[in-house]
Amino acid sequence: MDLNALTIEAARAAVQARETTATSLAEAFYAKIDKTDPEIGAYLTLSKDRALEQAARMDSLAAKGEELPPLGGVPVGIKDVLVTRGVRTTASSKILANYIPPYDCTAVARLEAAGAVVLGKLNCDEFAMGSSNENSAWRPVRNPRDLSRVPGGSSGGSAAAVAADMAVATLGSDTGGSIRQPASFCGVVGLMPTYGRVSRYGLIAFASSLDRIGPLAKTVRDAAIVLRTIAGRDPMDATSAEVPVPDYVAELEKPVRGLKLGVAKEYFGKGLDSEVRKSVEAAIQKLAGSGCEIVPLSLPHTEYAIPTYYIVATAEASSNLARFDGVRYGYRAGDARTLSEMYRRSRDHGFGAEVKRRIILGTYALSAGYYDAYYLKAQRVRTLLVQDFEEAFKRVDAIVTPTSPTAAFKLGEKVDDPLSMYLADIFTVTADLAGIPGISVPCGETKENLPVGLQILGKHFDEGTILRVAGAVERANTT
Amino acid sequence: MKVTEKDVVYVADLANLELTQDERQLLLRDLNSILDYVDRLSQLDTTDVPAMAQVSDRYGVDQSRTGSARFAYASREDILEGLRKSLPHEAALQNAPDTDGTFFKVPKVIER
Repeated sequence: MDLNALTIEAARAAVQARETTATSLAEAFYAKIDKTDPEIGAYLTLSKDRALEQAARMDSLAAKGEELPPLGGVPVGIKDVLVTRGVRTTASSKILANYIPPYDCTAVARLEAAGAVVLGKLNCDEFAMGSSNENSAWRPVRNPRDLSRVPGGSSGGSAAAVAADMAVATLGSDTGGSIRQPASFCGVVGLMPTYGRVSRYGLIAFASSLDRIGPLAKTVRDAAIVLRTIAGRDPMDATSAEVPVPDYVAELEKPVRGLKLGVAKEYFGKGLDSEVRKSVEAAIQKLAGSGCEIVPLSLPHTEYAIPTYYIVATAEASSNLARFDGVRYGYRAGDARTLSEMYRRSRDHGFGAEVKRRIILGTYALSAGYYDAYYLKAQRVRTLLVQDFEEAFKRVDAIVTPTSPTAAFKLGEKVDDPLSMYLADIFTVTADLAGIPGISVPCGETKENLPVGLQILGKHFDEGTILRVAGAVERANTT
Repeated sequence: MKVTEKDVVYVADLANLELTQDERQLLLRDLNSILDYVDRLSQLDTTDVPAMAQVSDRYGVDQSRTGSARFAYASREDILEGLRKSLPHEAALQNAPDTDGTFFKVPKVIER
């Protein structure tokens, strides 16, 4: 039994049936991390004590013949923008190099309450700002499918860990595509739930009206299991929705026959790589073959999504990152003679280039004289984008698109051109702005054996439908 | 809109960032390139379009309720006014760069 290749249910069943122990499972993953991670760079901090204590707890339940909780003994990794009590959390930034959170992120707490074994914290772009995991203050992450290429970002570590069997499943965060795009680049499943579906309590904030936490996993079913565990109202997050959590795994079982799937022409234009187009179109054909009705439609404001995003997200980020001032936690510049100098130097030394770029852009967009032209304007365009989706969802149940215009690009290829890096998010940002859920599921490969992801976008709180469609794509892709 | 170095310095000031000369130059170039791209938003007529700061006003709340009752679910029943649980003192000071055991210590505030 290859312990590192097990899915959530198989791992839990093996521990329950005492074919293996949760401790052996955790050790198998740590051994894999020892062997493989030096060339990938996915993990920043390992939480061995915490992991082995939890594993022992699960083993003791199994030994007594008691029923394990749904993720009993299952090793998971957590993106380093989610706080973990007592375990160093850095948001991949120097400004939090030695930060030890005094509390747990709700999503992490829920996973642990369900028996999951937290292996450690995963590398990402600094403060979740990036599309390639090259903005980590510590080191970039390499794509396990091709070490000369990026894993995508900002949840690059989360995607790579799953792809390289260094975790059964991971948690990532998505603000502009940061779960879906790396999932697509690494050939794993990445689910971004509806805004408000999963509590943001304990997620180090980037853009509060956009941020989401979601799972990355090897299978659609595993993603559904994790979502079922972490979703639901949380009194600690006032934006978490009071919407009941359906059994997402049961939803998966439903057939896709009869579903109407929209294909938006704006996602299939000039910038789309021909290999990606081939894979995605083939997957859509297979869905049609399974009885889905393909409906051509238009989301006319798509081309305005990136500029809208880069105003809204950076403006919100400039506000959220104001808390890093060297006073209560994090890096403090040692040579400051005044309070003001301390703020300014701590922040300039502690933040990386991309973070500073976004803070400056966001502050500019909010500053007097520019607020109307930029921030307010972007908020109005956001409404137009939402209306595009509302119109489309009157006619279809879900929308299928490529996740990214290209497959994984080379390390270093886009670092000197921030705008080109931003444009990599072109298919993913729309869903973040609209608040709708989206999933990326592997649907094929390019000629160079690089994974291609198909993105399925759904109505608010309709993760069930997108999981169903993703399940069908997954089945078609593995036969 | 063309951004000047003076703008970058002004904005950096607002954002409490002490940029080096090199950083200022790079940011100037990047800012102009990005804002140039972002300017296409002005192509859209948004005269009667309401601004959307937060999607959850439209979704995920009980539409039949109005005003603050809509967000009543977000208030915690287990915490009464004045009895809020907070972090123990030591935990709160644990990550502090400099503390005297009671307060966070910072350099003097000097009038500029």
